[in-house]
Amino acid sequence: MSKYFQEQIETASRDEIIAIQNEKLVKQVKHVYENVPYYRAKMDEKGVRPEDIKSIDDLRKLPFLSKDDLREAYPYGLLAKPLSECVRIQSTSGTTGRRVVAFYTQHDIDLWEECCARALVAAGADKNDVVQVCYGYGLFTGGPGLNGGSHKLGSLTLPMSSGNTDRQLQFMVDLQSTVLCCTPSYAAYLAECVNERGLRDKIKLKAGIFGAEAWTEEMRHDIENALGIKAYDIYGLTEISGPGVSFECSEQEGMHINEDHFIAEIINPVTGEVLPDGEKGELVFTSLDKEAFPLLRYRTRDICVLSRKKCSCGRTHVRMAKPMGRSDDMLIVRGVNVFPSQIETVLISNGYPANYLIIVDRQKNTDSIEVQVEMTNEMFSDDLNTIHAREKKLVDALKSMLGIRANVHLVAPKTIERSEGKAKRVIDKRNLYQN
Amino acid sequence: MSMQQLSVFLENKPGALGEFAKDLSRYHINMRALSIAESRDFGIIRVIVDDPYEATRILRESGYIVQPTPVVGAEVSDEPGALLHILETLSEQNINVDYTYAFVSQKKNTAYMILRTSDIPGTEKVLGKSGVTLIGQDEIVDED
Repeated sequence: MSKYFQEQIETASRDEIIAIQNEKLVKQVKHVYENVPYYRAKMDEKGVRPEDIKSIDDLRKLPFLSKDDLREAYPYGLLAKPLSECVRIQSTSGTTGRRVVAFYTQHDIDLWEECCARALVAAGADKNDVVQVCYGYGLFTGGPGLNGGSHKLGSLTLPMSSGNTDRQLQFMVDLQSTVLCCTPSYAAYLAECVNERGLRDKIKLKAGIFGAEAWTEEMRHDIENALGIKAYDIYGLTEISGPGVSFECSEQEGMHINEDHFIAEIINPVTGEVLPDGEKGELVFTSLDKEAFPLLRYRTRDICVLSRKKCSCGRTHVRMAKPMGRSDDMLIVRGVNVFPSQIETVLISNGYPANYLIIVDRQKNTDSIEVQVEMTNEMFSDDLNTIHAREKKLVDALKSMLGIRANVHLVAPKTIERSEGKAKRVIDKRNLYQN
Repeated sequence: MSMQQLSVFLENKPGALGEFAKDLSRYHINMRALSIAESRDFGIIRVIVDDPYEATRILRESGYIVQPTPVVGAEVSDEPGALLHILETLSEQNINVDYTYAFVSQKKNTAYMILRTSDIPGTEKVLGKSGVTLIGQDEIVDED
């Protein structure tokens, strides 16, 4: 059993990767300039010609694309190949505004599926495995992506799609699935059902690949224990291809970005300035060899950090941390970028509930940040000193995560509004943008 | 012989204590004694009620954070030095008093101290030996 799906490229030296990126980028910019009038206009406006892009060092000369551009160009404005050469459309769930549709030629599908196959191998799968895919199939990229990756690898693929838990469990037991692919929340639910129904000894799962939504290390730990598996994260977005843009390896410490297909940059979400590796900022992707829907410098709005630290798995491609938040949610307090998701992580790991409210205020030109969190029976004590010690531990943990002090205000249970769907987590009283 | 006090989390804001008193009244929970330890944002309300187990259940169901806490109830006779005797007895045994508060029973015409100490069984033992009358949960219920 090989450790890699495509060993040569997955373990290529830095120089080899850069050489591949240089060559592909020059070609790709030319392809986009010639075939996508929408992007050509953006380049012209910035005064950039395709011949100005000679290597990846010139990447920062290119204009950004945002979700707004995708909406404006809907549906065919960013298409770079005739429809007759396209074989597939996938679409984002579109929680806000218009849906985004992405087009694929057979070449594009192949490279996407290869990326997913790399992710499966990194999770320990090979052709002898039975891969149960319970991501949704259809416009959503989850099901088709992992399904395709499993085919490329030659594993036996169970195209379950999402839902119908009874059937999922029956197949898991009867057909002895070894690898589970679904969202982490569904994995947690399946794990609960497996244990409730006493099926733990009857399943053969060894690994899970869970993506398409945010999850914590605590959740990973719980799922791994409940199912007796190793749980791996996978990242992707329809605009760039789908799941498999990056994936975790046996290290479980960041996701390797498939750098022979995608260039990742981290930028300051406010100024657009490119930040050095290791700094936190917005993740930007350039697709190097997709034909039909080749996005250049697409702003994902995901906030994360890149690491070029050598990985013990042998893969040389850069690793990205789990996204820490969305650039849209970012608060700037005393000049420091603060994300609600960071605060949530600290609360959970200190035993407080994830229901919280962040209040940012400014008095005498100084910003203050307060985190309201609900008291629980577990965190309460008859002893004031004990409560204060726990509170101080939380304040210290917040300070070490955020880099600035946040005050903690303990409130009575059920006083912070539970929201259906997207939670209202932040009240900014500073009115910075009011006229 | 020990008693259960209820320790309740309340926010330090106008109306919070009133709301709590209203809920006790609504659920017919009779308070025998009350003491408050306050902090900047919140307070711990410590109450002695007739049936602490039932009251805990009811209060938790209506959304309060409640923790039953073992305490010792001791009778203090109406004469100089009565409290001092209790405190000295504990101090001799190296038992620390975390907090204490008093209440009076109208019917029995007696004053009681509620003591929360570093060693509840030890407190009961040494006070009992030194002639202090301890009260149990049942004895605070007025027969009316």
